[in-house]
Amino acid sequence: MMRFLLLFSRQGKLRLQKWFTPMSEREKKKIIRDMTTMVLARQPRSCNFLHWKDLKVIYKRYASLYFCLAIENQENELIALEVIHRYVELLDKYFGNVCELDIIFNFEKAYFILDEFLIGGEIQETSKQMVNRSIEASDMLQETMEEYMSKPAF
Amino acid sequence: MPAVSKGDGMRGLAVFISDIRNCKSKEAEIKRINKELANIRSKFKGDKALDGYSKKKYVCKLLFIFLLGHDIDFGHMEAVNLLSSNKYTEKQIGYLFISVLVNSNSELIRLINNAIKNDLSSRNPTFMCLALHCIANVGSREMAEAFASEIPRILVAGDTMDSVKQSAALCLLRLYKTSPDLVLMGEWTSRVVHLLNDQHMGVVTAAISLITCLSQKNPDEFKTCVSLAVSRLSRIVSSASTDLQDYTYYFVPAPWLSCKLLRLLQCYPPPEDGAVKGRLVECLETILNKAQEPPKSKKVQHSNAKNAILFEAISLIIHYDSEPNLLVRACNQLGQFLQHRETNLRYLALESMCTLASSEFSHEAVKTHIETVINALKTERDVSVRQRAADLLYAMCDRSNAKQIVAEMLSYLETADYSIREEMVLKVAILAEKYAVDYSWYVDTILNLIRIAGDYVSEEVWYRVIQIVINRDDVQGYAAKTVFEALQAPACHENMVKVGGYILGEFGNLIAGDPRSSPLVQFNLLHSKFHLCSVPTRALLLSAYIKFINLFPETKATIQEVLRCDSQIRNSDVELQQRAVEYLKLSSIASTDVLATVLEEMPPFPERESSILAKLKKKKGPGAVSVPDLEDGKREGGELNGGGERGPDSAAMSASNASTPSPSADLLGMRSAAPMSAAPTSAGSLLVDVFSEAGPAAPSAAVNDDGFLRDLEPPTETSGLSSELQTPVDSPFNASSRRFVCKNNGVLFENQLLQIGIKSEYRQNLGRMYLFYGNKTSVQFASFTTTVSCPGELQSHILSILRATKPVEPVVEGGAQIQQVLNIECLTDFSEAPLLNIKFRYGGALQNLSLKLPVTINKFFQPTEMTSHDFFQRWKQLSQPQQEAQKIFKANHSMDTEVLKAKLLGLGTALLDDVDPNPENYVCAGVIQTKGQQVGCLLRLEPNGQAQMYRLTLRCSKDSVSLRLCELLAQQF
Repeated sequence: MMRFLLLFSRQGKLRLQKWFTPMSEREKKKIIRDMTTMVLARQPRSCNFLHWKDLKVIYKRYASLYFCLAIENQENELIALEVIHRYVELLDKYFGNVCELDIIFNFEKAYFILDEFLIGGEIQETSKQMVNRSIEASDMLQETMEEYMSKPAF
Repeated sequence: MPAVSKGDGMRGLAVFISDIRNCKSKEAEIKRINKELANIRSKFKGDKALDGYSKKKYVCKLLFIFLLGHDIDFGHMEAVNLLSSNKYTEKQIGYLFISVLVNSNSELIRLINNAIKNDLSSRNPTFMCLALHCIANVGSREMAEAFASEIPRILVAGDTMDSVKQSAALCLLRLYKTSPDLVLMGEWTSRVVHLLNDQHMGVVTAAISLITCLSQKNPDEFKTCVSLAVSRLSRIVSSASTDLQDYTYYFVPAPWLSCKLLRLLQCYPPPEDGAVKGRLVECLETILNKAQEPPKSKKVQHSNAKNAILFEAISLIIHYDSEPNLLVRACNQLGQFLQHRETNLRYLALESMCTLASSEFSHEAVKTHIETVINALKTERDVSVRQRAADLLYAMCDRSNAKQIVAEMLSYLETADYSIREEMVLKVAILAEKYAVDYSWYVDTILNLIRIAGDYVSEEVWYRVIQIVINRDDVQGYAAKTVFEALQAPACHENMVKVGGYILGEFGNLIAGDPRSSPLVQFNLLHSKFHLCSVPTRALLLSAYIKFINLFPETKATIQEVLRCDSQIRNSDVELQQRAVEYLKLSSIASTDVLATVLEEMPPFPERESSILAKLKKKKGPGAVSVPDLEDGKREGGELNGGGERGPDSAAMSASNASTPSPSADLLGMRSAAPMSAAPTSAGSLLVDVFSEAGPAAPSAAVNDDGFLRDLEPPTETSGLSSELQTPVDSPFNASSRRFVCKNNGVLFENQLLQIGIKSEYRQNLGRMYLFYGNKTSVQFASFTTTVSCPGELQSHILSILRATKPVEPVVEGGAQIQQVLNIECLTDFSEAPLLNIKFRYGGALQNLSLKLPVTINKFFQPTEMTSHDFFQRWKQLSQPQQEAQKIFKANHSMDTEVLKAKLLGLGTALLDDVDPNPENYVCAGVIQTKGQQVGCLLRLEPNGQAQMYRLTLRCSKDSVSLRLCELLAQQF
């Protein structure tokens, strides 16, 4: 299973943190620090995998953002790399040419999209259409419900 | 404010976020945050009740602040309140807040669980999924206690939506991991296993994670999953790259599911059933074959997905370790990857070969790649890859290549990254000991290790070399000679001094014959290092000195002088002082015999597990170490007991810097973003699939609809109609036709002379109406004629053919009844009713009646059942202003629930439960069938009992229908 996913910028600013196992705030802060220093120090064209404690860390850079996913030791690195890519595709489909700013200003949406894709550190749905359908349906449902419910009283 | 906010942008939130971004310093940021916190606190505490939107906005701001790394100590209650909101986004933000900031506050947990319980039983799939995500995200014991028995039910229930099943499977997995005692699969086991057969690939993908975890824990109960997994895998592997539609990822069919299936199979030994096994071997062969095929795409995603499956298949082959043919093929495949231009593949090939090296079938095949691996160790730019190469060298090492591998590793050590030096040292030390044919080579190697990487030589390593030298007398002389030479170096590592002190103290006599290493020379050499050493080393040297006194009586005076000197005998360190005093006394008092007994040569150490191996094991976890035990190991890999007998700080050291980044790395790792294809979504499809049941005719109809509607005059009451009538249609007649909106049979008209009854039935866009004319008098009606006319435009909208079952009877006897049948076809929607004109003579007077026939558009309704989710989706799709018609009106009839329900059902639509968040309201859906098109209609009726009012809202795919239905129905309630 996946243990956590972090998104941070080239300057090391954290943009999204998802923890799939319970962890104290102190532990989280330490991991965030370790991950950012470790990943940001990597040379260009290095491989996308690192060993860290008893976990494998899979990271990939998209434009100004690093996506950093920690998986358990027996898990498959390549497929984890594509988990990251699929998430980027989902963000891209939702935001349309997603950029770091989209994730900063709509952080909650980035979390919602992630929840549709992964739950408890496992993949829930790999189909882009299905994930997007439920995200868009949620968006739609929300707007519709708001409009549906917000007619002035009579 | 930047215009980057999407969906229901919360303006206040966006402003706040950009304020934070504009803060020039950490202090400014904290100030801004504190201001915001004060504001939110006052809003939450204020007298004015906050509306849902504001609550959502503030909770979202708090969440943002928390995610920035600041503490949040309030707002939990407001977030919990949002959970019970009916508005999706409010609920969603509430759940997000709870998931991120879960608090063990028991009072809150109870409230949260309550909200979750409500959502789970709401039967609204979106709400259910939110609740399940929350349980999975929090995964606390309390939640497990509350829901562990409910979720399996949701998972296997026949009527659960696929998306809910997916969430439920993973939610259950999460609870199982936190509280396995609370998740009792028992009766559900076989149904859960059979989810592997589910038609929906998403359900299988989610369920397989659960099944894999359960299989690991209860392999016997889940054994049936093996054959199911094999057949599923076989279907995927043999499918064409487009068969699985959206589950195909860059031309690779279902890569995630394939990997998961292969991993599930790794929980079990090879299938016993020959047929299943044959099928599986076939799959594995196909996967290996596909690796040789030219890629279907140049995108890295394609090769990654394909190779992910390949590596997982190789893992399974290694796990079975029973198919020599497959193992060798796997090894050859990995051999190709060793020289691949993709760094990732080289890395993974090295890693995967490590495990392959441990199989007796493939060990030799792995060994053939030694040159490539050594080359990787020397030339790879990436330290992680070099490390994997070092691991593989370690794994493939055996007696035949040990010297070469150890030499390569030693020379790599000179330039190795600091982060991996300690581990490298351990590995070299282990290999050197394990494959030492002559122990002089071993001693040389260890001393080399100390020379090259002294700082990284842990205590275990030098303890071990001493143990071995002491236990093997054939190497003692050589060891003494070598260490003596090593100590000649002007700067030598403290670890070298330790080893040297110990060995010379024991075996210095073996080289004392050579004048170049006479006792005094040896002593002076050791003592020249003394002052540069730390306390423990000095203590060790003092012990060596007293041993010298025993070995070489001629050194006694010199050494006693050293011991006697103030810096020893009055040393501030207690240990050193004590040793100096005691050794001095011992050397002065004891007789030669006593001295020889006390300072006898150390007895051999009991043969035991190398403490180094134990240490490496601790560092890397089991498995990593047992590899070289493959052959001729002196010990059983599985029975290693931690032999770190003397190093109190070994644990602290082993936890050290395996992950320190290389300081030389530069920060500008440029890698351009992968191009992301935004698949164009076909626009304008809103109308087309409003009703999926609409069938193939619908799309074209809907497309025409648009243009057609634009040409249409706004529907108006054809006011000219009534003037054409000889007898104006008076209100009672109108009222009577109204009664038939919601029913099909009854008395249409009655006066003293005549009663007209009708019976009608409708199917699709066709209807048949039976008209019964009854003469209530005892006198016959003469010249009885009836005509049906469709005034004005209606002619083109409705086709009605009146035909009598019998030839038209111009005479209706007194007390008799005649019957006519009217066939009706709805061509397109209409708002006026056809007119029935009846003429007859009664007692000489000409009677002329004009009636509206109760044919209304709603008669052509087909009811449509749908879920709340679908309802709102369609509601949304019908959001053009003209598509909605609304009326607010006073109740004219009973507002009783049952009466209202009967009326709504009579209307011809489906009455939908559990759609409207307000249970007082009624929601209906149906499709109106006309010849040319189908019109989807949604209806919502909101009664207000207090005011005795209704609000009726109609949304139809055709504007005119909305208007007409709204008019018709407003008169019904």
